[in-house]
Amino acid sequence: MENELKTNVIGNGKQTFTISAFSENHIGLLNRITIIFTRRLVNIESLTVSGSAIPGIHKFTIVVNDYREKVEKVVGQIEKLVEVLKAFYHTEDEVIHQEIALYKVPTKPMLEGNKVEDTIRNHHARIIEVRPEYTVIELTGHKEETQALFDELNKYGLLQFTRSGRIAVTRSSKELFSSYLKEAGEKTVEYEQH
Amino acid sequence: MKTFHDKSIAVDITNKVKVTGAEAIMLSLISEGVEIIFGYPGGAIMPAYDALMNYTDKLKHILTRHEQGAIHAAQGYARVTGKVGVCMATSGPGATNLITGIADAQIDSTPIVCITGQVAAGLLGTDAFQETDVIGISMPVTKWNYLITKPQEIPEIFAQAFYIAHTGRPGPVLIDITKNAQFGKLDFEYRKCTKLRSYVPEPRISLDNLKAAAALINQANKPFILAGQGIILGGAEEEFRTFVEKSGIPVAWTILGACALPREHQLNAGMLGMHGNYSTNIKTNECDLLIGVGMRFDDRVTGDVNKYAKQAKIIHLEIDKAEINKVLPADVAVHGDVKDTLPLLTKLIEKRNHDEWLQEFKKADKIEYEKVIMHDLYPEKPGLTMGEVIRLINEKTMGDAIAVTDVGQHQMVASRYFNFKHKRSFVTSGGLGTMGFGLPAAHGAKIGAPDKQVILFVGDGGFQMTIQELGTINQTQAAVKIVLMNNKYLGMVRQWQQLFFDKRYSETYLLNPDFIKVAEGFGIKGRKVLERPQLDSAVQEMLDFNGPYLLEVSIEKEDNVFPMVPTGASVSDIILEPKSK
Repeated sequence: MENELKTNVIGNGKQTFTISAFSENHIGLLNRITIIFTRRLVNIESLTVSGSAIPGIHKFTIVVNDYREKVEKVVGQIEKLVEVLKAFYHTEDEVIHQEIALYKVPTKPMLEGNKVEDTIRNHHARIIEVRPEYTVIELTGHKEETQALFDELNKYGLLQFTRSGRIAVTRSSKELFSSYLKEAGEKTVEYEQH
Repeated sequence: MKTFHDKSIAVDITNKVKVTGAEAIMLSLISEGVEIIFGYPGGAIMPAYDALMNYTDKLKHILTRHEQGAIHAAQGYARVTGKVGVCMATSGPGATNLITGIADAQIDSTPIVCITGQVAAGLLGTDAFQETDVIGISMPVTKWNYLITKPQEIPEIFAQAFYIAHTGRPGPVLIDITKNAQFGKLDFEYRKCTKLRSYVPEPRISLDNLKAAAALINQANKPFILAGQGIILGGAEEEFRTFVEKSGIPVAWTILGACALPREHQLNAGMLGMHGNYSTNIKTNECDLLIGVGMRFDDRVTGDVNKYAKQAKIIHLEIDKAEINKVLPADVAVHGDVKDTLPLLTKLIEKRNHDEWLQEFKKADKIEYEKVIMHDLYPEKPGLTMGEVIRLINEKTMGDAIAVTDVGQHQMVASRYFNFKHKRSFVTSGGLGTMGFGLPAAHGAKIGAPDKQVILFVGDGGFQMTIQELGTINQTQAAVKIVLMNNKYLGMVRQWQQLFFDKRYSETYLLNPDFIKVAEGFGIKGRKVLERPQLDSAVQEMLDFNGPYLLEVSIEKEDNVFPMVPTGASVSDIILEPKSK
């Protein structure tokens, strides 16, 4: 997995793509989007859904490993959904992306020598909370970075670990979506005037 | 204040009136110009049915015998009228019985609004009586769907539903309405939806792409047009004809593109696909330019896509952006409604004749006529053929009738031979291939086009899938003329078994009832024809009869459909007869 993400090109010509879709904030839309993947047997590696910079508009960030043509078609089907305003897909070199990971380790080994402290420093991680029983550490980065810290901390017996889906921004200076939205208008629905 | 018993609110709804949700449903339908509802009542939709009684002067309801009958009838109605078909059902089984028809409408781009009742909002998710997650179930097969839980939502959601169903690439929309939303009250005011910011039904047309397309057309020596249902859905038959006549390019059509150009038009080369014509299939792999107009390169059209029109440049005129480059990469794609793009393209192209190229089609047509068509239409053997029945009906109706088909051999024969002159006069289940579609769809078509002769071609298999709709037809007395082609087999499956499964006829023989007696039981007149001498008078009797009529014709079981592009083969490998006998 780590190597796959680093090289971006996966065996059989598959590639990692970050799909982003901007939609109205309606119930059931997540389901509508995911069935497009299910029907075409495309596995979702990670999925993040949250409000976007624009009030009322939600952003889906979906990571998949697949062929470009397949991803193109999936994105076409996502954009076809009535409540989706726009969908894009990007290769690894076109986006800046991060994931967040939380590590819960026992506090005891941290008090016995500098090894854990060194590890945290070397990985540029942060300590969020310290309790007598456990300490919660946070690291933001690419998956291989959060994974590397996982491998280190696991030596001390990780109590809990969790990693978020990817969030990403594009490298291009122009925000593709806001220019689109300017044309689309602010009102979600418009009706005939009497 | 006006009350719901005051009929005038149906006329003047510009002022807010206090009504129940159930009445708001009816008023919304009236505001959208709906005249006919096909449906079936039940617990969760009862308030709506109760309100319906107050509006029977404006809304006619047709009580089908099964919800599948309701949706297929709505489809048939929508296909011949171009209006949105409406059907109504209750929650749970009522709603799930609509699903096949919804899937059919989705793949064949038919504008439909389905209204389903749902358990009260407070019971959602509790496995209440007749509760099903209809929104979840219908999500993959609808263009849009919505669960209404509050009466106030009704007018706006109905306005959006109709707007979505008939604009852009049309499709089915489902509105699920909880019982409490039907009982609750609202201040009703209806305004039609004009825009959704997340949905762009009419894309901006690229003039550069149109110019590029025109350049390819002007350079081509052997261009070939493939006409799809997009032309019919866009109401662009005239624009298409003008384009075709100026370009001088031969036209082939997908099964749903039948009627885009009259059958007898000199540039109409015939049907595409697995059981299409010989010339249209082989010329696909000989043309130098393929122009797809409002069609989607379905696998039944292309055969093996890796061996499909590799030598040709491709132009694709299409309203649905997701269809562009989906199956076949286009050299030039013109995204837009063909109603708009075709006239622009016509202006840019030169007037041409492609006489030599047309002669090549004629040569192939002659081969097909001698090998197949002649024997289908004028059989020498004693057994009756489907082709001769259709020929006889063509002769007697002079191309003025509307044909509706079910699915199977008779469907292919009907699409190959039925003489359509007018637009929207051929209704069939194309993409989904839904057996049981025919009878209810023909009923809906007759309701939508009461002044036309509506003729259903149906096999003995598909007829029995929705045969209960004879009851509905008897109740409305809609004069549907049913031509039952009875070969006592699931003929298309039997044909495949004969050709590709070593004549192992697994589960395709049907022990059929006496269909004439069945029809009689439903109050419908019928006649059975076993031999050729009786056919002419029986067809005449059927056409002349003032009311619904069943004509059963006993068809030779070995009457198979040719030509044929075997599955997975290239279109140029089309066969005219079985390879080994």
